[in-house]
Formats: sequence, C-alpha cells, structure tokens
Amino acid sequence: MSQPLWEVFVRSRRGLSHTHVGSLRAPDAHMALRHARDVYTRRQEGVSIWVVPAAEVVASSPDEKDAFFDPAGDKPYRHPTFYTVPDEVQHL
Amino acid sequence: MTAVQTDTDTAVYALRLGDDALVLAQRLCEWAARAPQLEEDVALLNLALDLLGQARSLLTRAGELAGPDPNGTVRTEDDLAYLRDEPEFCNALLMEVQSGDFGRTMARQLLVSAWQVPLWTALAASADEGIAGVAGKAVKEAAYHLDHARSWVLRLGDGTAESHRRLQQGLDDVWPYAAELFERDALLDRLVERGVAADPALLEPQWRATVQAVLAEATLTVPETTWRPTGGRRGQHLTGFGYLLAELQHLHRSHPGATW
Repeated sequence: MSQPLWEVFVRSRRGLSHTHVGSLRAPDAHMALRHARDVYTRRQEGVSIWVVPAAEVVASSPDEKDAFFDPAGDKPYRHPTFYTVPDEVQHL
Repeated sequence: MTAVQTDTDTAVYALRLGDDALVLAQRLCEWAARAPQLEEDVALLNLALDLLGQARSLLTRAGELAGPDPNGTVRTEDDLAYLRDEPEFCNALLMEVQSGDFGRTMARQLLVSAWQVPLWTALAASADEGIAGVAGKAVKEAAYHLDHARSWVLRLGDGTAESHRRLQQGLDDVWPYAAELFERDALLDRLVERGVAADPALLEPQWRATVQAVLAEATLTVPETTWRPTGGRRGQHLTGFGYLLAELQHLHRSHPGATW
C-alpha cells in the first residue's frame, strides 16, 4: 500500500518554533495530521503540529554542498563577535 | 486510605463501565503489529491505552464501592480484571464483538465512541465523585476516538467499491449489538433517579444523530434489523469471549503477583 509521505513538524511549547520530528505515510492531509498526533505527540511533546507533503519540500542537493556552503567558511566576520556588548544590554 | 461508603448499585454501574472499557481495549490490542500501516497500529493502541486507563480507575472504584468481602478484603483492579470468570463480566456485547477486518473494527469503534462522548459528558456531573472524575478525563479521549473512527468510516465508506463493501458488511455485523447500550433495568432506574448514572433515553437520540450523520456522509446504509441481542450486562456473553479472557488473564493466573 503506497501512500504519500508527509514531513511532521511539532512545536513543543508556545514561543518556540516548529521543529522537524520525522515523517509518516497517510492518504491525505487530514489523516496525516491525526497520525502525526498519534505517532509523535504521545508523550506530550507538542502543542501544535504541521504536516507538509514531502513531495512539496524543495531540498538542496548533496552535490551542491560545496558551492552552497563552503563560501561561508572563511568569513568569520559574519559572526557577531567583533564588538563588545555593553553589560546593560539584556536578552540579546 | 479513607474508607469509601459501600454502595452496591454504584459498584455494579462502575463495573459495567469498567468492563466496557477493558474488553474493548483488549479487542483493539489484537491489532498490535497487524494494522494496515505502522501509523494506524500506533493509533489503535493509543485508543486501547486510553480505554485501559479508564478501566483501571473504574474497576478500582467498583472494588471500593462494593466494600470488603466476608474476609475483609477489598477487591483491587487486578482482582477484578484477572480473577473473574466469564459470567461475572458485565460489559455490553458490542465491546466483545470480534474485530473482524479493519472495516468492522472501525464500524464498531464509531458506534461505541458516538455513545461514549455523550455518556462521559453526562457522567462528568455524576453524583459519584469517582465516576465523575473518570468522565471528566474520558470525554476528551472519547472525542478523539470518535474523530478517528469517523475519519476512517468516511474514507472507507466513500472510498473504493471494495472498501465500501467491507465497511457496510462490518456495520451490518455490529449494528444489532448497539441496542443493548440503551437498555434500562431496575438498577439503572435507581441510579438515574439518584443522579449517579446517565439516562439512556437521553443518550440514544444524541448517539443516533451522530452515527446517522457520519453514515450518510460515508454513503453507507443504516442497517435495518429487529434482532437485538442482549445479555452482556447479566454475564451472558458471545462465543469467543472465553478466548478473549484467556488471553487477557493467562499471565496473571499463571504467575500470581507477577510485576515488571
């Protein structure tokens, strides 16, 4: 029985982002959401679920890894480490 | 532990509700590792676990309300689940109907959950605090069970010719057993009067409305039958119930007092 694959994202609590937790198979979006509830939130892992058709996810290719990511490797100045943060600044 | 006031009528009622939950949980557990897909396998056992949790609280309550036996012993949830024989179980027959194929399992679940949602809603206000406590939690669980069963009944009923045929067959198989859920007897009359039990006459129209709406949308036909099997509440069970109990009770009876 071949059913579409769905990617599952769960928000663990208010204020946090939805995080990818895994995938599952389901005939449609309605059932995918319910299966996600049953398979991935059995231990109170979440307060919100997204399911996304895996076929709709556009992913970068491993072949392009070098061109995509290596150029950022020698640019440490992009990290916010070249200035001092005043002590008074909170919640940065 | 504070002593609970003995109340034989309410004890029997708690036992009926507890046996309903326990027996249906056991039937659902038969699907473990056999469901159509992994996701549904987990979903069915989630339903079973919800029911098992309800059964534990209700059987414990039944034991407390029944009070000590002549030896001064109060029966625990384990005593009641594992050490009673067939005629002492008082679940409705619908709970023990064999699961059959997935279509029949979902038809059975729809009929049970469509009853349990108004049942637990009403019992959340029960005069018995033990039953009311279980009901407050169970009503959310039953709502999800109903949603799950409804989802599958719609998909299979309004699916392929084969899925429609199987679901209609499963529905025809289990339908006659639903009438027993709304039977009254003298005990229920007394408990409804006292505000302990839910009035079947009020549950039945809600059940019928829910079920008929789902079946209509699923393009299924409401079975017409005058056969109304009964007896579960009085300990008269279907062929096959003994096998269910054997599987349920075997470990405890072979190794009394066994723990994890």
